[in-house]
Amino acid sequence: MASALINVPAKAKRGEIIEIKTLMSHIMETGYRHTTAGEVVPRNIITSLTCRYNGVEIFRADLFPAIAANPFITFFTVATESGKFDFEWIGDRGFTETASASISVE
Amino acid sequence: MRSARTIALTALLIAADIAASPLSANEIPQGERRSGYSFMSQDTQAMQNDDTNNPGMLWVLDGEALWKSKAGATGKACADCHNDARTSMKGVAARYPAFDKTLGRPVNLEQRINLCRARHQEATPLPYESRDLLALTAFVAQQSRGVAIVAAADPQLEPFITKGRDLFMQRRGQLNLACTNCHDDNWDKRLAGSAITQGHPTGYPLYRLEWQSLGSLQRRLRACITGIRAQTYDYGAPELGELELYLMSRARGMPIETPAVRP
Repeated sequence: MASALINVPAKAKRGEIIEIKTLMSHIMETGYRHTTAGEVVPRNIITSLTCRYNGVEIFRADLFPAIAANPFITFFTVATESGKFDFEWIGDRGFTETASASISVE
Repeated sequence: MRSARTIALTALLIAADIAASPLSANEIPQGERRSGYSFMSQDTQAMQNDDTNNPGMLWVLDGEALWKSKAGATGKACADCHNDARTSMKGVAARYPAFDKTLGRPVNLEQRINLCRARHQEATPLPYESRDLLALTAFVAQQSRGVAIVAAADPQLEPFITKGRDLFMQRRGQLNLACTNCHDDNWDKRLAGSAITQGHPTGYPLYRLEWQSLGSLQRRLRACITGIRAQTYDYGAPELGELELYLMSRARGMPIETPAVRP
């Protein structure tokens, strides 16, 4: 039931700098914790987030065990043309999630 | 010798004074009540203000999906009886915990959802603090965002509110503290680096940064009870329900913030 919250402005002027906010549901288990029985809780984290703007990669982040649960990542880009942002999260245990958002540039 | 005796006597008198004094008559005046929100840093407030920054919204989204999904032997979804939650659930969280006639005691929102599952969906109850129960509760409570709390108005709840108030005033644990010692008497001070706050449950279930998760009011109460090194109650224990009810009666008139963010 993992879900993402994406905030991309619906409209922007050509050449405008826009902020993109992403929030992903994930436990981000570090792999350094132990159960009360002493067993290691296996690592389960998101390892990368990629954003493509009309197919071209504009942002990529590698994530590590020190990052809190439900990672919130924001970044800026220049609105060049109308189209679509595609987001992809990849993580341990075959975790993959995608989301997309559209923008119209005038 | 004489001075030592005086000191001992004074100490005894002070001890007797502390033991004899009423625990607290210092209930917070209406006009001075403040949500936990107002004690937070601007950064944490910003997380709560914008739904796309607020991690609690991840649970609300899950809850919305659960609201529409069929469950139990009757194959009914919440939406099949309650239709659109935006209208049917508006204001509901503001009046919980509420009295359940069949059980003859107050039930909170989580317990109401589970009763609804048992009675109308013929489904198994969701465990306390499970993602699904938190998600459904958050989704239902979010519909009341901005609505003033009106809980504890039912006269049948009176004895339970009194019990809750007694629990709130009762010293307990190795630190021998009552809720009131911090949340009525010292809410304008700090405990180590953290604001003490007045303990108004306006935003539950809420996203606590320390938990890195959404959690219920009962989870918060259990954490507080452990903090004063007292024996905690189990989830769903009558004592926690009564405390919850007293806290809601104390916060009457304050707006619901669910899903709130707290440090």
